Amino acid sequence: MNRDSNFYTFLFVGIMIVGIASILAFTSQTLKPMQDENVKNEKMQNILSTVGINVSRDEAEESYKKFITQELALKIDGSINENINPFSDLNLAKELKKDYEDQHFPLYVAEINSEKYYIIELRGTGLWDAIWGYISLKSDFNTVNGVSFDHKGETAGLGAEITKEWFKESFKDEKIFDNEGKLVGITVLKGNNDPNNSDKDDHEVDAISGSTITGDGVTDMIYERINNYLPYLTIINGKVSMR
Amino acid sequence: MNKKNNKKPTFLFIGRNSTDGIFSKKNKKLLSDPLDDNNPITVQVLGICSALAITVQLKPAVVMTASVIFVMACSNVIISILRNLIPNRIRIIVFLVVISSLVALVDQFLKAYAYDVSKELSIFIGLIVTNCIVMGRLEAYALGNSVWKSFLDGIGNAIGYGVILILVAFFRELLGSGNLWGMQVVPDFLYESWYVNNGLMLLSPMALITVGIIIWIQRSFNKKLIEKG
Repeated sequence: MNRDSNFYTFLFVGIMIVGIASILAFTSQTLKPMQDENVKNEKMQNILSTVGINVSRDEAEESYKKFITQELALKIDGSINENINPFSDLNLAKELKKDYEDQHFPLYVAEINSEKYYIIELRGTGLWDAIWGYISLKSDFNTVNGVSFDHKGETAGLGAEITKEWFKESFKDEKIFDNEGKLVGITVLKGNNDPNNSDKDDHEVDAISGSTITGDGVTDMIYERINNYLPYLTIINGKVSMR
Repeated sequence: MNKKNNKKPTFLFIGRNSTDGIFSKKNKKLLSDPLDDNNPITVQVLGICSALAITVQLKPAVVMTASVIFVMACSNVIISILRNLIPNRIRIIVFLVVISSLVALVDQFLKAYAYDVSKELSIFIGLIVTNCIVMGRLEAYALGNSVWKSFLDGIGNAIGYGVILILVAFFRELLGSGNLWGMQVVPDFLYESWYVNNGLMLLSPMALITVGIIIWIQRSFNKKLIEKG
């Protein structure tokens, strides 16, 4: 056959596409369960790391079952939707695209040495793409116990530094509410004159040089996501104060 | 084009049309040439982009090398098998489809079996597609040579690329963070007395300079590479 004819070219392309598409689809389908398992275990790892439990990915599931005592799917008014499993059914990225009234937010409760911790899922936008993470609050619903961050495509060495231990460490013991009980979140700020982050009541942590926009993304994501949990926190907090 | 040759395709038949054996001198040269005389990075100065991006640490550099060896060997073999079937006008597109499918395969396997590494390399695995060495070898070699030779050529060039990558990563990780393969090798007492890690080594400009120094050293030893006049 004439290799330069249009017919041959189209025939070749057609066969090539069908062949390659089937190979790729087959591989992707075969490996999917293992990939999902990895993603699931990593999520458990991240949730656990905010309450100070660092385990390898293989041990994540075991520790998760041990320490996470409650998984709640919260409606926008703060009530609990029992029909949704927050860990497997809730995808925060998709939730945030829904209508406001239909959104659900996952809340994980961890219990370690009979201390309760409340873990809130975060999601926002960095410089290039999505950033996400978890933040755990102590039982006063105000003091940060720990955070974990991850990102899709922030610049290595700059924005990607938000995943580093020293950055996450600086959030510890910061407060998210001001003295009047108003939510202020935690601001990632340049020039807060507190590079060692010794002041834990200023609602500020020191920013990473060269990653202003990623840092602003972290600030926004903490404020906005915790904002979604305020109705629930009010309900729970009311109970706490009555006791 | 030589029509006689076309009638007798060398489809998968290793060395049938050539008179030399599997590891003849000529074939061995295909493996050894890209390591020194015709190194893709230091002589042809191709694939520099990834040499800058993933040489901060040794581990990703080694994984990248392994992935590139796989992709180049496979794509060279596939293109060489198909070389008498590929329509000339769309050959570059065919190259791209073959390379990117192989890269997608590597990516899928890493995600399933080496999740941490795949997270670390993230977009750089995808960027193998744009590695000019792969495309260059397909166009320059695999399209006109038998399967076995193309296979050797692919392996040779990928190793030539990988050797430089690993060499650069070795110095960058050692001098930049005092580690090798993620483990500390610079002893603590040096840090306590006077030694400080060179943070500049972690930034991409130093990768270029390191490659430059390697080129300099290579040329001062290999007389063949020195331009005359």
